Amino acid sequence: MTHWIEKQRYIIDFTLSSLLRRKVKNFGLLALYTLIVFILASTMFFTYAIKKEAALILNGAPEIVVQKIVAGRHDLFPLAYVETIKNIRGVASVESRLWGYYYDSLVSANYTLLTPPGNDAAKPSAKTTVVENDSGGEAVKPLFELNGAKLEPGTLIIGNGIARLRAIGKDDYMPFRAFDGKVLNFRIAGVLSSQSELVSSDLMLITGEDFRKLFGIDNSHVTDLTVVVNNPSEVAMVASKIKKHLPDARPIIRDEILRTYDSIFNWRGGMMIVIFSAAVLAFVIFAWDKASGLSAGERREIGILKAVGWETSDVIQMKFWEGAMISLTAFFTGVILAYIHVFFTGSIVFEPALKGWSSLYPNFELTPFVNLEQLTTLFFLTVVPYTVATIVPIWRAATIDPDSAMRFTGE
Amino acid sequence: MILHPTVIANLLAAYVGSGMVLYAVFYGVQILRHWDIQSGHEVQLVLERKTYLISTLLSYVFGLQLLSLFLFIFTADSLTPLFVGAMCAAGTLNVDGFGYPTLVLKIFNFIVAGLWLVLNYADNQGYDYPLIKKKYLLLACVTPFILLEAVLESAYFLSMKADVITSCCGSLFSSERVTGIGSEIASLPALSMMWVFYSTVSCTLLCGIFFYLKGLGGYLYAALSLLMFIVSLVSIVSFISLYIYELPTHHCPFCIIMEEYSYIGYLLYLLLFGAVVSGLGVGALLPFRQVESLQAMLGGFIRKLALASVILFAVFTALVSYEIVSSSLVIAYEVVY
Repeated sequence: MTHWIEKQRYIIDFTLSSLLRRKVKNFGLLALYTLIVFILASTMFFTYAIKKEAALILNGAPEIVVQKIVAGRHDLFPLAYVETIKNIRGVASVESRLWGYYYDSLVSANYTLLTPPGNDAAKPSAKTTVVENDSGGEAVKPLFELNGAKLEPGTLIIGNGIARLRAIGKDDYMPFRAFDGKVLNFRIAGVLSSQSELVSSDLMLITGEDFRKLFGIDNSHVTDLTVVVNNPSEVAMVASKIKKHLPDARPIIRDEILRTYDSIFNWRGGMMIVIFSAAVLAFVIFAWDKASGLSAGERREIGILKAVGWETSDVIQMKFWEGAMISLTAFFTGVILAYIHVFFTGSIVFEPALKGWSSLYPNFELTPFVNLEQLTTLFFLTVVPYTVATIVPIWRAATIDPDSAMRFTGE
Repeated sequence: MILHPTVIANLLAAYVGSGMVLYAVFYGVQILRHWDIQSGHEVQLVLERKTYLISTLLSYVFGLQLLSLFLFIFTADSLTPLFVGAMCAAGTLNVDGFGYPTLVLKIFNFIVAGLWLVLNYADNQGYDYPLIKKKYLLLACVTPFILLEAVLESAYFLSMKADVITSCCGSLFSSERVTGIGSEIASLPALSMMWVFYSTVSCTLLCGIFFYLKGLGGYLYAALSLLMFIVSLVSIVSFISLYIYELPTHHCPFCIIMEEYSYIGYLLYLLLFGAVVSGLGVGALLPFRQVESLQAMLGGFIRKLALASVILFAVFTALVSYEIVSSSLVIAYEVVY
């Protein structure tokens, strides 16, 4: 065993010095290899981190959201339905929500207006519910933090994105055009914390009363309902019962939302990888070319090695270590650079393609999240093609006859 | 079809592996037909050179095979959120009819591939390639399985549709359900299964040590190591998983590879696969002990293989016993559901 290790050590030693003797050629290959790893790793880190972020946020979302559907479109939800849902066994609590969008033509952006739970005058029985965290140790991020501001009639609490876009802050006034054309002026009571910006950038918190005034919604309707179910295994059953009792209602389960997000980001990440596969292919051809285009010097080197007693398998081993060193260096450099790119510089290169865009886009920093799965996948997508591309050229080089290699020294 | 980066990596590995095996078997068949070590003909010289290429290619393929076995389970695990009712790899593999056949084939191919490498190593020790025809015959036999695996794997990933309601591991490997092999294994009584496991372990280890010392009973050891492998897999479902999860009802063999259990499953399965390959390798090499050019080294190599296998099984058992002892779960009496 020690003999074997010693042998490999000498071969590695030899390979390293021979690599360093041909700096320019090998450096070009290494740089390109690193770039390929970097691009793929950035894509993967970004999509996984954003998926993780979505999962963390949705952990705090209600188990079921119930909407009313009219002619296939989302409609206002009659409060009279609430009792029916409350009577379904397994339902812990039902809460109504008021929310909507407001288009601000001044900055051509859409705001999301929301009445925080327990702030709707039409529903005095509203009670705050504790959403159970069934994922164990993972922390649930609250959707937004109020930063100590108090919401009163005639005031608003706005998200960071809006504050930035309109260049306004606490105690400024913001005019709105109500549904009937009247202008309503609201005072800004506070700005939401920037930690939750991914979801709260375009958010505007408003009291239920003001919301109804602004959009002309009467007291017997809300936007939709959230239903809390204590036993996670009953969620699907409760949803199907809601559908049975209220045929015009559409229950949406949290897991469905989570699944949809997962699919979308998987798809985006996969799409990017399919596009980049052309680049990987080009790189593989390049690597093949590099490995098979031995210079006369290299041929002579292998010839001499074999003449002094190296076997074909030794030469193959040497070439194997050469490939392993180049691959590992490129792989780790690429991964580290991608980590810096995605988590410290906000992935400047891929942002537009992966994130989507709007005039009110959240600025957010992703929480670093890298797991074994991503690294293995990356390894398979980069190192495996490279290795495969170089096997045949390596074998060709290793089976050179010593005499013919030394005879043609056309350097 | 789910366009997930890991799925793409899996398919890439499957196609690359099959491509290389096809290339290798093409020359393998030529070697089977034209090999003649006495001849100085040009064809023979080319073939002798090609053997280097093929053994390098196949070492890569079989290394890839090992990695892709784990990547496959990993992928199945990470796709779970996409399917209603799936909670780990067990559910995802059940999404369509191709998941479990692919997994079984992957395990089978891995073991055969490992045996091929053992044979290849022994062959390279002799100056006159004594095992070359047997080696390439084995390769020709493995190739259809590796190709079939690639086909099944593609079918599995391509026919996957998110939102299909699958069963989660709780019901697949639950003792409440009476049909299906998963639940039949799970409903094996844990305590008696423990007896079976530990007696098989002691038989295997004793036999292995005896073979290492005296050089007798090699075939028995190879057979026992295969038996031990199967018993261990059954035991993982039947009782080892219970102690790792510290739950008397959760029998899933895939959840143990998850992060929550500090990836202990990978270590367990690696030890087990390593042990069975080296154990079966003993049996595969024994008939060639009398070959002239191998006589000098083969005996030592077989004994080393046996020792490696014994050590791997012993470490596996030690790890399992440690998990059982350090677990907060105590199975004092048989719970009947």
